[in-house]
Amino acid sequence: MDAKKKNNKAWFLVLPVVLVVAFTAIIPLMAVANYSLQDIQGADNRLFVGLDFFKRVATDPNIQDAFARNVTLSMQILFIQIPLGIFLARLMPKSGWKASAALVVVAIPLIIPWNVVGTTWRIFTRSDIGLGGVLVNQFTDYNLSEDTTDAWVTILVMDTWHWTPLVTLLVYAGLRSIPQAYYQAAAIDGASPLAVFRFVELPKLKRVLMIALLLRFMDSFMMYTEPFVVTGGGPGSSTQTLSILLTTIAIGQFDLGVAGAFSLMYFLFIQIFSFIFFTVLTLDERPGATKVTPKQKKAAKQEKQPKQVNSKSKKVLK
Amino acid sequence: MTTMMATSAAGKSKSRFHIDLRSWLFWLIMAIWALPVVWLVSMSLRDNADILSKFEVIPSNISLNGYIQFFEDPSWIGSYMNSVTYTLLNTVLSLIVALPAAYAFSRYTFSGDKHLFFWLLTNRMAPAAVFLLPFFQLYQAVDLFDTPLGVALAHMLFNVPLAVWILEGFMSGVPKQLDEIAEIDGYKFGRFFLTIFIPMIRSGIGVTAFFLFMFSWVELLIARTITSTEAKPIAAQMTRTVSASGLDWSLLSAAGVMTIIPGVIVIWFVRNYIAKGFALGRV
Repeated sequence: MDAKKKNNKAWFLVLPVVLVVAFTAIIPLMAVANYSLQDIQGADNRLFVGLDFFKRVATDPNIQDAFARNVTLSMQILFIQIPLGIFLARLMPKSGWKASAALVVVAIPLIIPWNVVGTTWRIFTRSDIGLGGVLVNQFTDYNLSEDTTDAWVTILVMDTWHWTPLVTLLVYAGLRSIPQAYYQAAAIDGASPLAVFRFVELPKLKRVLMIALLLRFMDSFMMYTEPFVVTGGGPGSSTQTLSILLTTIAIGQFDLGVAGAFSLMYFLFIQIFSFIFFTVLTLDERPGATKVTPKQKKAAKQEKQPKQVNSKSKKVLK
Repeated sequence: MTTMMATSAAGKSKSRFHIDLRSWLFWLIMAIWALPVVWLVSMSLRDNADILSKFEVIPSNISLNGYIQFFEDPSWIGSYMNSVTYTLLNTVLSLIVALPAAYAFSRYTFSGDKHLFFWLLTNRMAPAAVFLLPFFQLYQAVDLFDTPLGVALAHMLFNVPLAVWILEGFMSGVPKQLDEIAEIDGYKFGRFFLTIFIPMIRSGIGVTAFFLFMFSWVELLIARTITSTEAKPIAAQMTRTVSASGLDWSLLSAAGVMTIIPGVIVIWFVRNYIAKGFALGRV
């Protein structure tokens, strides 16, 4: 296919999107910035306070704790879910109706409304009527509303249950795109399963794993609904995520200035990660990509492919 | 994958056993994975008094009381219908604005296209909590507070970017020559787009619609914040009951099962695109 045409009239086609997103994103963000810079006490009584609220947010121990907690949670989530997701994806059936059935079964937690995920786990982990809660209680005392460790582990297990399928599906899609020839080459070289994974599969999965990593990080960093339903952020503030805390400040206490500054800093943090995400995603493709003409691409491919197999099988041999 | 290698390298009987072991392990894990949902279904099929009086793994008294209450109480079935209304509205509106935009991104370069594409993405990534306060005030100011249209518009925040990204992927799969031939044949852009191009990517539109519906359906925080009674979503109805005293577990479980059903019905049709939808069309 030939390169895209340069045509600024295409702006007319994007205009509706720009207008809608301006209404749903830009105006609210401007309002947030507005709150964060002034102390609003009444309709006519506002005081410009500069960066005071930002300082307050940055030094607020509750917010600092929530930030640290959320980072810990995200790290633990990544540490558990990425390997588990890869493991499950490699077990999934590859063809026939079983593969289709497996895809659907794996995906089911992803299509359950987030609050219902919470409700499901709330019921499941109750020590009087929940199967999970009753089972765990046979071995060790389990009380999610009083014990902070129990609450934390429950959130972690619930999130793993809810989102590992996403990692699995992504890795599965990545695995299916690996040409059979690679495996044959590895088999001829007598590579062990571990070597096949390390030198054939892992390099090909790099891209989907980056996507999984970043999506999981982002989504766990803005997690709200599931812990809110299961623990309400408690006991104490042991499972309070950044989003739960921000919602309490914004809607519960209606503290406009602090909420505004908090929102902007939170948003900025996410923006930086979005930028990494975007850069990774568009390294080799479509809008935003470094332009490679199709001819060059083709030539590069033809040159590369046989070589890659060779070098890989050599590595495997060692 | 290793199983396939084993098939070619080792004897047949050995590889059979190998395949079975892996697949058994997989289905075993899936069975464990299904437990919480199975438990939810089993709770929904029991009476509340029965649930609280004894613990049993296999329900002995099947009762549909939870479901009957769900369908008879206007605040439950009503909020369910509210959710259906705004998710459908959101799906249609998002598709309408996203289709031309995705076409522009897939066919043309224009000033600022990369920045715009990136900016759209950041809205998908932004925490909903950041927008709560202004949404609360903005939607009241423009009289969209507590209306299905208001929620539909608010959800376009993350759904429009998603739609543009997924559709752009599908559209880039259609050869550009098609557009050129149509132009030579004298088709005006509007007619070409509506009568030739859109039918060509209808499966892509179907997949996108599924994801739009789903992401709007699962969202709680924004929907709850900009509604109170008239357009209250089922998700909010469920969490509000959670905070009240004297929980009706049976009814709550029945409502939970009801919210899972729409997704389960259509997921079979999009099974090969699930990874694509969750990865913003980039897999």
